[in-house]
Amino acid sequence: MNQAPINVPPAWHRIGKHEVAPEASHDEIARFNFLSNLNKYLATMVSPGNRIAFDKRVRPRFRREKGRDFENRREVREAMLRDPHFQTWSALRRAAMEMRQQAGRSLVLRQAKQLAEKAERLNAGKDTLQLNPNLTIPPYIAKVDNHLMPGSYHTELFEGDVSAAANYDMGLFVTTGGALGRFNDGGGKAIAQWLLSHHPEFKPKHILDIGCGLGHNVLPIAQAYPDAEVIAIDVGAPMLRYGHARAQAMGITNVKFIQMDGQYTGFPDESFDWIQTTMFLHETSGKSIYGIMKEIYRMLKPSGLTMHIEQPQYTPEMDLYEQFIRDWDAFYNNEPFWSKMHDIDTLELMTQAGFKAENFFQIGVRAVNDNEDHTKPRAPEPEDHGRAAVWNVFGAWKK
Amino acid sequence: MEINDIVLANSKAKGKRPYFFDDAAVERVLNITMAVAGELAVVHERLDTIERLLEAKGTLSRADIEAYRPDPKSEEERQRWHAAYIARILRIVQQEMEAIRDENPENNRTMDEVADELEQI
Repeated sequence: MNQAPINVPPAWHRIGKHEVAPEASHDEIARFNFLSNLNKYLATMVSPGNRIAFDKRVRPRFRREKGRDFENRREVREAMLRDPHFQTWSALRRAAMEMRQQAGRSLVLRQAKQLAEKAERLNAGKDTLQLNPNLTIPPYIAKVDNHLMPGSYHTELFEGDVSAAANYDMGLFVTTGGALGRFNDGGGKAIAQWLLSHHPEFKPKHILDIGCGLGHNVLPIAQAYPDAEVIAIDVGAPMLRYGHARAQAMGITNVKFIQMDGQYTGFPDESFDWIQTTMFLHETSGKSIYGIMKEIYRMLKPSGLTMHIEQPQYTPEMDLYEQFIRDWDAFYNNEPFWSKMHDIDTLELMTQAGFKAENFFQIGVRAVNDNEDHTKPRAPEPEDHGRAAVWNVFGAWKK
Repeated sequence: MEINDIVLANSKAKGKRPYFFDDAAVERVLNITMAVAGELAVVHERLDTIERLLEAKGTLSRADIEAYRPDPKSEEERQRWHAAYIARILRIVQQEMEAIRDENPENNRTMDEVADELEQI
């Protein structure tokens, strides 16, 4: 067993509040607190047992039966699926993800109408929110309820509905144990800080964020570059309605939220200095990811920059067990493109789109976490694979 | 405009649900048990709040609690609480029913199958 002192996640009431956020009752907060702690316990106390089971019995048995070692992570997965510890951890982790959706949805749906009205009050008459009811939802969103979110990002239960976004906004803090910060914006903050400190000469005037969701990661970018005109696009109308209202409520007004498909935006060539995606590409698909990257190249100005925040790519050097455990969400948390996406050679992805290999780069960033210190981990802890607030960023300059 | 928030909160996500144990019944019971565990934690936290507030601010007679009978409005609120509580605990049963009822095979595929399609589009 992991003998390190237990790190407790911040209680949910520490989440960043804003005017469009749902009201949460005492019991709803307690329900989230239970789930944050359940996630933390599974990640730090139960998940390490998978590695032990792999080393002590699953791998030796495979070698004994086959006379060879594992050749790929699929073989590891098939063998681990028969292991009782992996079964228990997986069944509990799946249950925790379903319970997190239930808790978020029961909180949000009981006040869905009031939430829609709150958003509408902040959105009415603003030209910084542009919806397109005729947009075709791309199949990678229409066919998949990503991370077990019933109805995905785009489903509206009634006209003006924002419940999908409110559920996402309230629940991410639970899944990540607050590791992304009070407003779940630790990724956006990290990338903005990196760019300001490493490229102070770069002064983007036109910034595009693709797959912005409810805009939680684009707002810190807009704050870091207050003179820039920022455009945030997504295919989900509930996300954009809620995200725009949330940005207005937080006093961030230099972001335009537009309902668009990132692969077919219609923006003129060379429109943007910086194009960003954050935890978006793994929710696309095999051909569309290449199409989106070509569209990004087309829209970037000469000397423009594009960056993409994702979990680490699988490389031939990465241990097969690590590849396998990082892949859990692909198959059991409804992230079906996750596995293939992390196999893609990102350099090839960028050069196919038109970028030159010498202008490609990769960096590591860690989420900026503005939670109070006493709520942050005091002792090192095992990584919550697929959820850790530490990312691989790949990108390129258009030169 | 009217929605059934209790049922919708429990909705099943698209995709065939994976079961990790050899017997799905074990996993069904595990899910129900974990939901009950969660609700016990919620009650515990609420009682803890009450005890701390009582300690800080004054006292409450136990006889008052024993003698309490809800008025019709409180009665309705409390019965509705029970309905939501039971639906939450039995979420997995609802979702398995949704899987049987949903006749569109598109929504009951494994992520392996969806991944194969996504790779091609």
